[in-house]
Amino acid sequence: MNGVFDLGGTDGIGTVDVPADEPVFRAEWEKRVFPMFALCFRAGFFGVDEFRHGIEKIDPAVYLKSPYYEHWVHTIEHHGERTGQLDLDELERRTQHYLENPDAPLPVVESNPELVDFINAVVPAGAPADRPTDKIARFAVGDVVRVKRDSPFGHTRRARYVRGCVGVVTAAHGATIYPDSAGNGLGENPEHLYTVKFTSRELWGDETADPNASVYFDAWDPYLELATTEGAAS
Amino acid sequence: MSDTPRTPAEITARVKALESLLTEAGIMSPEAVDRMVEIYEHEVGPQLGAKVVAKAWSDPDFRARLVANTSEACKELGISGLQGEEMVVVENGPEVHNAIVCTLCSCYPWPVLGLPPNWYKDPQYRAAIVREPRTVLSRDFGFDVPDSKEIRIWDSSSELRYWVLPERPTGTDGWSEEQLAALVTRDSMIGVGPTAPVGAPA
Repeated sequence: MNGVFDLGGTDGIGTVDVPADEPVFRAEWEKRVFPMFALCFRAGFFGVDEFRHGIEKIDPAVYLKSPYYEHWVHTIEHHGERTGQLDLDELERRTQHYLENPDAPLPVVESNPELVDFINAVVPAGAPADRPTDKIARFAVGDVVRVKRDSPFGHTRRARYVRGCVGVVTAAHGATIYPDSAGNGLGENPEHLYTVKFTSRELWGDETADPNASVYFDAWDPYLELATTEGAAS
Repeated sequence: MSDTPRTPAEITARVKALESLLTEAGIMSPEAVDRMVEIYEHEVGPQLGAKVVAKAWSDPDFRARLVANTSEACKELGISGLQGEEMVVVENGPEVHNAIVCTLCSCYPWPVLGLPPNWYKDPQYRAAIVREPRTVLSRDFGFDVPDSKEIRIWDSSSELRYWVLPERPTGTDGWSEEQLAALVTRDSMIGVGPTAPVGAPA
């Protein structure tokens, strides 16, 4: 979907705020939200692509202005409701309760050691995205390719700033989960993945581009077509 | 859908309410939360990436393995995991400077750098670093890259996780890996800053 989260090349939103130092988590609530990604993934709320799409659907004004981990709260709620594992009316009632009684305790339940075991296992193991496929890779390193102009309404990783642009394939990675399918709840449907190098001139034009810069962008097979006209790829 | 950001009191209450429901459902527990937070506050962070870089600077064979298959080489040092299942290190050199970004969300190589700083996830960096990289590095980070050097920005649009292998500082001949690791800053592995100044070996 075309949305404000797709930020590459957006102008007018200010300079980068770089504090000298900051803690890993800036507030206690951020610590409570961070583990929800792994734990709700375990509970079947979402895969990582669906998780991202839930964030993309946040109201654009809220997306741009809210703290990062608040994005996570939105997507966890969205997928909790979607999968029938979260009652948003009850969530709203409890939110009011804790607003009026900030010191009210959390419910105490019997501890489940499997959750800690899961954390200890998943952090070092991860969740690899590479997948076998019978599909033939349509492109090879050195090919000059163009990103198709397609603008899907659902989840995709074809950022707007590379659409229509011509670049050179610099690496072929085999197949991985295809976010345009998995992120929309349509299954993994693996596709071949490539890295494509675009010159800044190709992306932004000669007038404003840094003459000695480039962007490397990962693109799946269906995003690309062989370029039939010369771009600034060379 | 709410169209205004929540106040700190509202987000605190919302998260507490969410935690209460997820805890009752057996999906999360205080112990699991504490363990996950402990890992990313104290165990997984840029000190791990620094260790890898220092080894790559010291051991050409390791460096070759690291560049050929970053995740496999990191496993030799016991470094692996979430958001770094397929890592790709990119090498700085006399002609090339690299930096990483995720313009679409906030992808970052957790196993070697820990969780990203807030500016990395904020809209401003994600918007500008692909458009005017040299200006952003100089203006916002105080890090000047000469016009003669190509800047390559790696936009993490897939599950590959890029990070930067900075150049070994001059004046460090004979330094131990431990001494070298102390020079490797988080920002030098993102590509937005230099390695630490070389003083006398510690």
